[in-house]
Amino acid sequence: MTKPILEVKNLEKTFQIDRNRVLKAVDGISFEVFPGETFGLVGESGCGKSTAGRTIINLYDASNGEVLFDGKNVHRLKGKNQKKFRREMQMIFQDPYASLNPRKTVMDIIAEGLDIHEIANGRSREEVVYELLETVGLNKSHATRYPHEFSGGQRQRIGIARALAMEPKFIIADEPISALDVSVQAQVVNLMRKLQKEKGLTYLFIAHDLSMVKYISDRVGVMYLGRMAELADSEELYDDPLHPYTQGLLSTAPIPDPVQARQREKIRIKGELPSPLDPPSGCRFRTRCPHAMAVCAQVDPLWVEAKPNHWVACHLYPKSNPQ
Amino acid sequence: MNSTKKLQKSWFEPLAPSEKNSEVLAPQTGYWKDAWRRFKANKGALIGLVLIILLLLIAFIGPLLNGFDYSTQNLSISNQEHLSGHFLGTDSLGRDLWQRVWYGAKVSLLIAFIAAFLDVVIGVTFGGISGYFGGRVDSVMQRILEIMYSIPNIVVIILLMMYLEPGILPIAVALAFTGWVPMARVVRAQILKLKTQEYVLAARTMGASHFRILFKHLIPNVVGPIIIAVTFSIPSAIFFEAFLSFIGLGLRSPAASLGILVNDGYRTLQLFPYQLFWPALVLCIIMLSFNLIGDGLRDALDPKMKK
Amino acid sequence: MKPILEVSDLHVTFRSEHHEVKAIRGVDFTIHEGEVVAFVGESGSGKSVTFQSIMRLLPQPPANIDKGTILYNGRDITKISETEMQKIRGKEIAMIFQDPMTSLNPTIRVGKQIAESLMKHQKVTYQEAKDRAVELLKMVGIPSPSERVNQYPHQFSGGMRQRAMIAMALACSPKLLIADEPTTALDVTIQAQIIDLLKDLQTDTGSSIVFITHDLGVVAEIADRVAVMYAGKIVETGTLDEIFYNPRHPYTWGLLASMPRLDQTRDQDLASIPGSPPSLVNPPVGCPFTARCPYAMKICQEQMPETTKASDSHQVACWLQHPDSPKVENPIVSRR
Repeated sequence: MTKPILEVKNLEKTFQIDRNRVLKAVDGISFEVFPGETFGLVGESGCGKSTAGRTIINLYDASNGEVLFDGKNVHRLKGKNQKKFRREMQMIFQDPYASLNPRKTVMDIIAEGLDIHEIANGRSREEVVYELLETVGLNKSHATRYPHEFSGGQRQRIGIARALAMEPKFIIADEPISALDVSVQAQVVNLMRKLQKEKGLTYLFIAHDLSMVKYISDRVGVMYLGRMAELADSEELYDDPLHPYTQGLLSTAPIPDPVQARQREKIRIKGELPSPLDPPSGCRFRTRCPHAMAVCAQVDPLWVEAKPNHWVACHLYPKSNPQ
Repeated sequence: MNSTKKLQKSWFEPLAPSEKNSEVLAPQTGYWKDAWRRFKANKGALIGLVLIILLLLIAFIGPLLNGFDYSTQNLSISNQEHLSGHFLGTDSLGRDLWQRVWYGAKVSLLIAFIAAFLDVVIGVTFGGISGYFGGRVDSVMQRILEIMYSIPNIVVIILLMMYLEPGILPIAVALAFTGWVPMARVVRAQILKLKTQEYVLAARTMGASHFRILFKHLIPNVVGPIIIAVTFSIPSAIFFEAFLSFIGLGLRSPAASLGILVNDGYRTLQLFPYQLFWPALVLCIIMLSFNLIGDGLRDALDPKMKK
Repeated sequence: MKPILEVSDLHVTFRSEHHEVKAIRGVDFTIHEGEVVAFVGESGSGKSVTFQSIMRLLPQPPANIDKGTILYNGRDITKISETEMQKIRGKEIAMIFQDPMTSLNPTIRVGKQIAESLMKHQKVTYQEAKDRAVELLKMVGIPSPSERVNQYPHQFSGGMRQRAMIAMALACSPKLLIADEPTTALDVTIQAQIIDLLKDLQTDTGSSIVFITHDLGVVAEIADRVAVMYAGKIVETGTLDEIFYNPRHPYTWGLLASMPRLDQTRDQDLASIPGSPPSLVNPPVGCPFTARCPYAMKICQEQMPETTKASDSHQVACWLQHPDSPKVENPIVSRR
């Protein structure tokens, strides 16, 4: 097997809310991402998937655990290595309205990275920007315009061009399509897939839309309240979900097909997400789980490989029980 | 399908992609163009702007219209309200009031502009750093700001003026000494709001320095509120300068500012009310105009704040 | 089935100093008793504005109903006074919104808000109204309703607030419930709960529901009939199966194809609709979808197609339905 490009080891991120309360947004997650693949990270709001992404790209310090990119701990990088990392890993953001500086022209937005790192590979700044605009399906004449003159989908393309300017190896896409209209979502997803093929990019794709994540990802990790519940190849995960939470998510995800919608078995997840400030003891999901047992409240389930390359943390699988 | 118009077969040929109206971008509208359009729609603000421009023109051209200057004394013509050549008459030392009013207006405005400039430099830097870095830096800087705010600024200014040589620059410095506080508050509040925007995060993921983020990304987005704060700090500087001169801590004779002229006029108010009236009128017009412009700018640059 | 709401030729324009946005440009539809009709479309398609103008919830100006009739139970409600409209709002037609936090008053206890809307429309004492509020909260699946009734909206979670909002909307047993993206702000698991709740309530009370959404997946779960809106017009309407399995309009084809299905294979690209919707400041004279339509013909740019019937329940506004146009098949391989 090839060496992973990204290794996340037991990563934790906590926020001090006030004197007495600590929010454990990410509570010990581990996974690896291999070069050229798309790793999907799904979960409901507040599960910590965005915080995980931001900690991986070193927007936040890690509270515990480590993130290795190309074998180096991203939170300990200094000088040259730090600069290299800032080029090699890029991010695409959720809100196409907030992610572009309203006072800058498209030219300046896309060239931001070039300016910071003083790189244009011997070509002029304009040339690079024009080429990037073309790559993402816009044209030269757009370079002098301001973000507010574009539609959401076009803005997202500008955001992608900005990331590509750095010629990255790895892109974290934090809900890149959830703010877009349905007909435009497919445009952006197709563009991302095209770029991946052409440039050999690796993606960490963070989203809450299961059908889109399944479509775009090679492997998928499911998060719940700061922890990883399940991780497997995307086909495998959808064919044979092991964790009751994944099962519930899959059966509640709306499918645009009335007959399938009528026929499929519905596993409803009852109740609401507990407060992340005061998560349940033991298995985080036990309060909503249809299979909850006594042990679930007392013992944290272990993160185990229940089937080859299929990881889960649930007491239904004997290996998960530490005793 | 029974359409009223006759449909020709050729109309049902497919369109080539080039024939389709491709995506039309929203019309190119700049932030400033938009703001100017909104500003123009505000009559009061426009009147304020016209008044200020007129006033500045007269302040520079007016003194050329009669051959006097602001400082030459001629006791033989003191306190003359109507005297040929002296448009506004003369003061108690026989100096031409027309010259003195415009000279005073220029001095007052100059002091106000210097003070406002210092407000911006100090206020934006202080507020920007405090808001951007947050945490402990912010708490310390906020406490400093609160202390500055809690001391009555008149007391501070008076104390400063007792140490500084009276002159245009010292007065401006004294006014800026407390004047930057509101500016810092405005900037800090804006930066706090903007720094979590995704475009700031994007700049950080690309390795932008704090300096670059603060001055290339954040401050340009706070220009609107800064300009608004400046247009309100100018009249307040003019007012404080007048106040200082009035209580005798401002410029010294023969120099003049609107405050000194008002003070001089006030002494002879009962005998020669015109000596108070003219400088007071100019002072009022300046104050009023800047406030009108400020209101207009607030609506124009920050349309969300309007009601 | 008796029609309950009939809208014909509705035109709504937003006017500001500098331009007008023609948000609704001639919309016709009928809602029958006891059916669930989904209105689908992208942002700006006019799906929400249509119903907000029917409910007279849009501030006028800038919004203005230029033309059209809205018959509620046979009565034209564009002509009635605001006082009469208030009697209809809430009692006859109720509405729930995407963000329940903005529609619940944060300073008043949830129970009191429900009770007040009851007392406004029905002759009941405060105590009776409050007891009914507890019943309603129980009916929408809020646990320990007798305690919850005395809490403030901020003490409710997102899903609970939406339930409370539904309880309030149902307080006077309205004949028609308009749900404007009620699940968009919610997580998938909660979304499924709310859809189940609405379906159950619909079966129990027999009221009609208009479900406004952009999510075809949600439509497939809940609707009997579907209206697809684009650029201020309804481009296609039909029963759920007609829209999903026999769509006629290229926009509907595009919408359906651009959503990945759970059984979608990864080697093929998603079908996407190029470009973005036209500006409604200067809407195109012809079919608004022309610029994005792979089958666009000359006529499409010139003239808006008339609505044609594909079946009694299925109507399409597209020139491809004209006998002279080339025959085009739905490019998505039929899934059944």
